[in-house]
Amino acid sequence: MDRYAKGRLFGLLARGAAALVVAVMVLVVAVTIYRGGRVFLTDPVIAFTPPGSRYMLEGDGGFLHAVLGSLFIVVPATVVSAVLAVSTAIYLQSDYSSERFSDLVNMFLNVLWGTPPIVYGVFVLTIIIAIGARTSLFFGIIAIAIFQYPIMTRYTDEALRSAPETVKEATYGLGGTRFEAALMTFRAALPGIIAGIIMGFARGIGDAATVLFTTGRSTNMPGGLFEGATTLPVLIFDQAMSFNAEVRSHAYAASFVLIVAVLALIIVSKLLAGRYARYAPGGRHS
Amino acid sequence: MTDAALTTDNLAVTYTGNRNVEALKGVSIEFPANQLTAIIGPSGCGKSTLLKSLNRLHEIQSNVEISGDVLLGEQSVYDTDEPVPELRRRIGYVPQTPTALPVSIYENVAYGLKIHGDYDSRAELDEQVEHYLRKVNLWSEVEDRLDAPGAELSTGQIQRLCLARSLAVEPEVLLCDEVTSALDPVSAETVEETLESLKDEYTIIMVTHSMDQAKRLADEVVFLYLGDCIETNDTRSFFENPQHERTAEFVSGHTVVGDDDDDESEPTATATTVEAGR
Repeated sequence: MDRYAKGRLFGLLARGAAALVVAVMVLVVAVTIYRGGRVFLTDPVIAFTPPGSRYMLEGDGGFLHAVLGSLFIVVPATVVSAVLAVSTAIYLQSDYSSERFSDLVNMFLNVLWGTPPIVYGVFVLTIIIAIGARTSLFFGIIAIAIFQYPIMTRYTDEALRSAPETVKEATYGLGGTRFEAALMTFRAALPGIIAGIIMGFARGIGDAATVLFTTGRSTNMPGGLFEGATTLPVLIFDQAMSFNAEVRSHAYAASFVLIVAVLALIIVSKLLAGRYARYAPGGRHS
Repeated sequence: MTDAALTTDNLAVTYTGNRNVEALKGVSIEFPANQLTAIIGPSGCGKSTLLKSLNRLHEIQSNVEISGDVLLGEQSVYDTDEPVPELRRRIGYVPQTPTALPVSIYENVAYGLKIHGDYDSRAELDEQVEHYLRKVNLWSEVEDRLDAPGAELSTGQIQRLCLARSLAVEPEVLLCDEVTSALDPVSAETVEETLESLKDEYTIIMVTHSMDQAKRLADEVVFLYLGDCIETNDTRSFFENPQHERTAEFVSGHTVVGDDDDDESEPTATATTVEAGR
């Protein structure tokens, strides 16, 4: 085979692999949107109606409790986790931390990232049992925050790492302090950091394993920080296991809501990142 | 020679990484005030190292050992109670790669003034930003888009923006690290013109690869070779009547330290692409 044929073959393989991935993704999204959209659009109120007393058995009412549960758990978790993740990453990339220490922490973060979320769920459950508490919204927040933390930190760390060294040098050259130089690097890395935080949010809102043991899989509206709650992914699991056909069809509607929310988040993150990328060194040329 | 704005006293810099590299072997140089001094020499001979050690910019990385001292006027740069950021403000630094801070054109210039609190009102800040942008001949090109990101300017414009930004904190000495090497010839010329117009007011120390540039711009030339300062002299004597054999060789373009596979068709390129220490 000559060099050009090899090149063409490789191109073909690469394109084939890409096409396969895209096809599977399109199929998943399309099936969910089609089946879920059909249920959701014929009866959109189910997403905004609190569940009836026998919702899981007879499908009376809707699944507002899970929509709200997801929001009440993932939004605070993302805020907590983002603050911690950004602080950690700035510390690791700034001149406060030695390179060796940063490498060590990064290794731990990679291990954490690879840890299956169910392990976090069990870990938080252990704490709940140890302190004699009950499963609740609060522990859902904790579990999701722990789950999101390594993801966001690694994204932020990468973004800061790829910000040009010269930004820092220029800031020092003007008489900036270490803190001011770190802040300037942060601004240069903002597009990547925003993408990382939204990615963490999207992963958090879609994860079932972390909240499975920690929130109590409540079938009622969330009542307070220390009351039981549920989230959309857990609800989808429960709905899909139901004996009632109507409840099972609701699983598609809930999936539809979830997938639309995640897609919307990713689009928002692209738009925001693009907006700030204009300011990043290299600007729109890059 | 006029009074020295900056003096190095037996300044030595050693990189202590995997192996020790003596980048500067104890150099003592006087940089005269309100003149432009060019530091020339083959790659890897300590030019940038010297420049960065003048305002302690090296301290932001680990694995560097520095001995000797730098005097800013009469004051020691290394042995002082003054916070390092204040020192760096007095000895400004313009990096080699044109780098806009990730903020608007206006904020790029205003940033230094803001962190040092050098203004009383918004109007004064506006005035200062305009003043320094005019000083680097950039004002007319950007006055109608001050809020646009600095990174959207052309590289030549960004380099002038960097100069304006550095001048805005009114440094006593301005260190320029090969500020035209990343630019196309036309932009480089504009930046050179800007430096030319600034050199009566500021003490400028510039690292350059191009001997032609040193000839055109510099009042004084410092020749570094493998970490040693071989010769310092005023530009005319340096090029026309070099005192040392090495200088004479370098000036005539014959200092070839290692083998170089690069295209050697251009006579000036030979001198600028040689690599030392191989």
